[in-house]
Amino acid sequence: MALKPVTLTLNGAERAAFTEDGENLLEFLRRRLGDLSPKYGCGQGSCGACTVLLDGAPVLACLTLAESVAGRRVETAAGLAGAALHPLQAAFVEGFAAQCGYCTPGMLMAAKALIDANPRPSREEVLEAISGNLCRCTGYEPIIAAVMAAAGSTERRA
Amino acid sequence: MTVTVERAATAEEAAAAMARGAQVVGGGTIVMRRVNAGDQRLGRLVVLADPALRRIGAGSEGVSLGALVTMSEVARAREADFLAPVARQVGGPAIRNMATVGGNLFARRTYGDFAVALLALGARVILAREGAREIGEFLRGRERSGLVLAVEVPRPREARAFGFLKVTRVHPAAAAVLSVAAHLPREGGRIRGARIAFGGMGPQPLRAPGAERALEGQPLDAGAIGRAATGCTEGLEPPTDALASAWYRREVAGVHLRRLLEGMV
Repeated sequence: MALKPVTLTLNGAERAAFTEDGENLLEFLRRRLGDLSPKYGCGQGSCGACTVLLDGAPVLACLTLAESVAGRRVETAAGLAGAALHPLQAAFVEGFAAQCGYCTPGMLMAAKALIDANPRPSREEVLEAISGNLCRCTGYEPIIAAVMAAAGSTERRA
Repeated sequence: MTVTVERAATAEEAAAAMARGAQVVGGGTIVMRRVNAGDQRLGRLVVLADPALRRIGAGSEGVSLGALVTMSEVARAREADFLAPVARQVGGPAIRNMATVGGNLFARRTYGDFAVALLALGARVILAREGAREIGEFLRGRERSGLVLAVEVPRPREARAFGFLKVTRVHPAAAAVLSVAAHLPREGGRIRGARIAFGGMGPQPLRAPGAERALEGQPLDAGAIGRAATGCTEGLEPPTDALASAWYRREVAGVHLRRLLEGMV
């Protein structure tokens, strides 16, 4: 089977690797590009653990063909922190919004998409934004509180 | 991987590939599940990449939605404002950024809520090779269908003439126990052309002839609503699955239909 070259912008840097037919973006990011931040949960779009941003909008990497992101901009949790943690990451740490941590990268990216578009979301808007992301141990309340807190801090920095 | 993937820059290329046995991929939310599960029945995939299928067009009678229009795009489109509340109830935000109008027509229960609304509204499905089909007829033969290009959805004459309700055990987003849509145009206070559609009450979205008969020609009052609720499961054989039993669905279908209709008075 022929390998296909894919070039994309991952967390601001141009990256290229080969993909094979039928490979999803999650496998491509983890196996070909070494970005282990998006997680494999269900493989069927039910859990949101693989949520990444594609041209700024949240998508499920496990249901996206890797070859279809050629030339596009992908953001993952691995790219969130600069010199300091992203306000969302800092709020998750501060508010103990990650227990086992498996859902966290997906939660962070779903929340980032929200506050990038809507810097002061209501609680209902936060709930809606993470409604496709399952958490089975931390509990949703600390996560919602952390996103709300981060949204406040984002505004203070601006 | 057992599959091969090609891209179709035009709908005609995709239709030709389909005729040779390829499986069409739109947003990926249905087919990629099968790819990830290693479904051996999948051989060739053809990715629909025709920008013409992303078009949303407003006409005097309603709106035309290209097969590749996503649920997020429907939710934002002014031309499709009457469908926005339905599109917003499909999946979570990431699914809505991927899932398409065309794909929803093929979603297995208990997914496919958007198609339930389209069935109540009497949409027409435009196919690449077979022309236009009434949506009920299309859904009955969807396993053998050719390539879908678009759906044409008539706009309800007034906002209260159309209603949709998705019933889930978890809020705000989860697969539906059942969903129900109603289109009740009224002339001189009486319903003319009642259409009630259920999702999750059979193998595909289905109309509820018992409920439609109870409403046709009547004012939308407590008596008609009660009779529609009582008779709505006539001819329907709801499934038992992980979300609910057939018995439960039969018991609650009328309750939810009643709640929907009471909000449309």
